[in-house]
Amino acid sequence: MPEPRPPSAVPALSRWRSVWKAFARHRGALLGGITFLFILLAVFIGPLVWTLDPGFADLRARNQGASWAHPFGTDNLGRDTLARVMAGGQISISVGLAAMALSIGLGTLIGVLAGMFGWLDGPLMRLTDLFLSLPLLPLLLVMMLLFNESLSALMGPETGTFVLIVSAIGLTSWMPTARIVRGDVLALKEREFVLAARSMGASPARLITRHILPNVLSPILVSATLGIATAIITESALSFLGFGFPPDFATWGQLLKDATIYLQDYPERVIWPGLAISLTVLSVNYMGDGLRDALDPRARR
Amino acid sequence: MLGYILRRLALAVPTLLFIALVVFLLLDLAPGDPMAQVPLTVPPEVKAQMREALGLGEPTHLRFGKWLVQFFWIEPLVFTDHLFGTTFSEGKLRVLSWQHRAPVMDVVIQRLPQTLWVVGTAYVVGVLIALPIGIYSAYRQYSVFDQAGTFVTMVGYAIPPFFSGPLIIFVFSIQLGWFDFIYDTTHRVTDWESFKIQLGQMVMPVMVLSLQTTAQISRYMRAAMLDNLHQDYVRTARAKGLSETAVLLVHVLRNSMIPVVTVIALGLPAVFGGAIITEQVFSINGIGAQLIDAIRANDLPTVHTLTFLFAVLIVLANLLADILYGLLDPRIRYA
Repeated sequence: MPEPRPPSAVPALSRWRSVWKAFARHRGALLGGITFLFILLAVFIGPLVWTLDPGFADLRARNQGASWAHPFGTDNLGRDTLARVMAGGQISISVGLAAMALSIGLGTLIGVLAGMFGWLDGPLMRLTDLFLSLPLLPLLLVMMLLFNESLSALMGPETGTFVLIVSAIGLTSWMPTARIVRGDVLALKEREFVLAARSMGASPARLITRHILPNVLSPILVSATLGIATAIITESALSFLGFGFPPDFATWGQLLKDATIYLQDYPERVIWPGLAISLTVLSVNYMGDGLRDALDPRARR
Repeated sequence: MLGYILRRLALAVPTLLFIALVVFLLLDLAPGDPMAQVPLTVPPEVKAQMREALGLGEPTHLRFGKWLVQFFWIEPLVFTDHLFGTTFSEGKLRVLSWQHRAPVMDVVIQRLPQTLWVVGTAYVVGVLIALPIGIYSAYRQYSVFDQAGTFVTMVGYAIPPFFSGPLIIFVFSIQLGWFDFIYDTTHRVTDWESFKIQLGQMVMPVMVLSLQTTAQISRYMRAAMLDNLHQDYVRTARAKGLSETAVLLVHVLRNSMIPVVTVIALGLPAVFGGAIITEQVFSINGIGAQLIDAIRANDLPTVHTLTFLFAVLIVLANLLADILYGLLDPRIRYA
């Protein structure tokens, strides 16, 4: 009989190291990651460098084109577009991240509950189906209109709208995650290691946190990445339709909406906020794509 | 199969009722006041009468019941009256829009053609462009064309209609001056000339909407083709000497279309959602613009009815997708 091979001298890469290697080899994903990082830095660190106040209206410098004083030009009130795009990005990206976190949390919770406990599976999946057949954009608009005023009065216009938009988007976008997680949990539940853990008397809570969740982490991470993009687009759509933050908060959608009014005279104004939205969404989507390939050991070559 | 369809239809009814209830309660419990627009000089007792006249004084379940009867019983009666000249609905109260002081369904019928024209054309155009792209991308996987296709799809996902709309207006309307970017909803198609004008004003909104459709459908088409291209039956078809076109367009395509057809059916409501934004960009006086107007004007019956109609559309699309899947794929058996 041949000798069992000794453990190889080269230590196996840890899971995350190998995932990172696969991710870095994916050109689109790496480029997307770098772009997203750049946008994050520009939006959150940028205002420390470019210190113009986004709300300051310099009435003598209205409707200006690109110049050294205002690289992106100014708007109809003489506000600096670069500063406004950066300030708007802070709101848009924060909304995207927070809404994604809420939606992933909800989706994971519902998916795990439905997958682990058979008696919850039916009702929770019917609930998911029901949410999937809701007309989301009309409902979001209605929610924004109905609750914006009272929440703004309660928490101030910025926090109120932020909380409302984040919860509205989160509450209407958890369904795909829940379905994916449920499917994976159902498959995992029958695997030997879960059976072994159960036969050793592991409580359901321990089963979920120690054995199930780490194994459904990859689909969750992928849908989290893609969720950021969807949330940013939804927030921008709401702002564009005039149902988002109050007009003086320059989110990207709001800037686009303001710019379309002057499309005929100053078409270049549409470019910056639009480009910001598209670049962010594009980079996040490429990241998600790369992450999906990197996290799937079968797809790795 | 018939039993399955009937069962699905029966299941759709409680779903729709529940959605109607959810939207109704959402509107009802909201703190917004439909009387907020009434001037302050109007005395409170007159305001109370107006409230009564709008039917706001009654308890919630009564008003929801009333809406159900009006929407599911009286509106179809009006429709049959309209078709056959009968008088079933005479003297019955219909769902009234507070904003227009007219039945909501009349407003819907008035606005729907604009939306259907644009959305319908856009969907057909988008699908027709997407299918060849998807097929060829899969056939030449990892080729330059495939890479470019992937990139264009990603861009299609990343450019939302409220950005692509202004961009297209800028290029085709302001720079090139080819089309007018204000959609003329009063335009009537009577002869060839006016038809050309109608086509001209539809080009830009259709471009915006079909970009989204193309991005999505071509991805699915490519994935479905790739799933089938390496199957044994394809090798068999090639081995018996069929031409490459026959293998691709008859054998592979037919099997790949099964999931794609369902995706096409499922995507239909999303285009109507996209139309809400596109109508705003091009000032099209359609159903989406009406929804936005109604929400702004606190016109609750219109908002409720329109939102419900969108829900009906989604449920029907889901149903259609499931039925098509069963019809197209003989491996699917419904017990």
